[in-house]
Amino acid sequence: MKHPIKLRVNGIEEEVFVEPWWSLAYVLREELGLIGVKVGCDTGNCGTCTVLVNGKAVKSCLFLALKAGGKEITTIEGLSGRNGELHPLQQAFIDHWAVQCGYCTPGMIIAAKALLDENPNASEDEIRLGMNGNLCRCTGYVKIIEAIMAAGEKLKGY
Amino acid sequence: MEFDYIAPKSIREAIFTLRKYDGKAKVIAGGTDLLIQIRNKEIAPEYLVDITGIPELDRIRYDEKEGLRIGALTTIRTLETSTEVQQRYPIISEAASQLGSMAIRNVATIGGNLCNAAPSAESAPALIGLSAVVKILGLEGERVVPLEDFFTGPGGTILKKEELLVEIQVPIPSPNARGIYLKHSTRGTIDLAIVNIAVVITLGSQNEVCEDIKIVLGAVASTPMRIKKAEEVLRSKRFDEDLVNQSAQVASGEAHPISDVRASAEYRKEMVRVFTKRAIREALVQ
Repeated sequence: MKHPIKLRVNGIEEEVFVEPWWSLAYVLREELGLIGVKVGCDTGNCGTCTVLVNGKAVKSCLFLALKAGGKEITTIEGLSGRNGELHPLQQAFIDHWAVQCGYCTPGMIIAAKALLDENPNASEDEIRLGMNGNLCRCTGYVKIIEAIMAAGEKLKGY
Repeated sequence: MEFDYIAPKSIREAIFTLRKYDGKAKVIAGGTDLLIQIRNKEIAPEYLVDITGIPELDRIRYDEKEGLRIGALTTIRTLETSTEVQQRYPIISEAASQLGSMAIRNVATIGGNLCNAAPSAESAPALIGLSAVVKILGLEGERVVPLEDFFTGPGGTILKKEELLVEIQVPIPSPNARGIYLKHSTRGTIDLAIVNIAVVITLGSQNEVCEDIKIVLGAVASTPMRIKKAEEVLRSKRFDEDLVNQSAQVASGEAHPISDVRASAEYRKEMVRVFTKRAIREALVQ
């Protein structure tokens, strides 16, 4: 039996009817069309489903949609500005060639945003450790870490 | 994988809901373990009772007489980053930091970690080493149980169907106490432990005598386990290399791990020896 929930997604109030067993990832993708949220392992390991819930990084594949009621959700689609300006993290990933197939990228950027929001002065070691919930099969991580550090520097000026 | 979902607003409502559904309901807090078990068809509850809407259960309180009281809904991330816990009970923050990854820790709760009762439960060895007790509420009221006696087997605890773990209480440690938590795993924090260990030592005269010691191992038995025989080797004795080695050897002998995808039983037994020695040595140089 579907339950109604209200959530604020990327600044927009949404009301959706969800089955209790639907994950937040499923609802964001299938009910709200936000396919920037990816599903990889569906077991909370790879991190490609990472979104922000009330500003904190959450693996949306393991988060029941019903738990998101009344909360503020941010997906990769919500990071760019009103006129499509890219967030410094998004720009840094491009500038530093941190994207290959791109499948891990939304989760990486969202997790990095959460990390830098909490710890704007994160060191390389802290970034490496803080990003350990996001796996990448293509890049070997070097460029991703570089991009996050560069974005971190840029964001300090904001 | 179909279930219905109820979100009680009070402990009382939660307990009565659990009683009403008599074994067909499961409590969900963060859900990071539970949802995987449901998807793998290990369990098939008809109702999930989401207790995260119950107020007051996610507080951490510290009191100079009572010690630390951790609400069962406290997230692992909160335990990891709380300055109060980092300063007064650093072994707890250290253990919390080893669980999964940041996004999991933001959602996973200490109550869930304990009630899920994996033999490798990240938070168990440190809390047992600190002589923690758990407060449980049920139809007959409240009871308090030492965490050491809480686990009955992999996934099993002494909780009755309609009982809720609501709080973990950690007494004030001795001023001369020091603790270490170590996790040995394939890939850092995101994997389950092959062996995890907490050692809490209370030092005696001139910091050379072991006044008291607790050695608690995870992932090498059906539950997290205090190795009292290994503790006895060192208790009331002067620390020296030979005794530490002996204690580690005894710990290894007492462990009865299984072989699984992460490691063989033989490797685990050897790692018990290595990590017991390492943990004691590291605790001593703190």
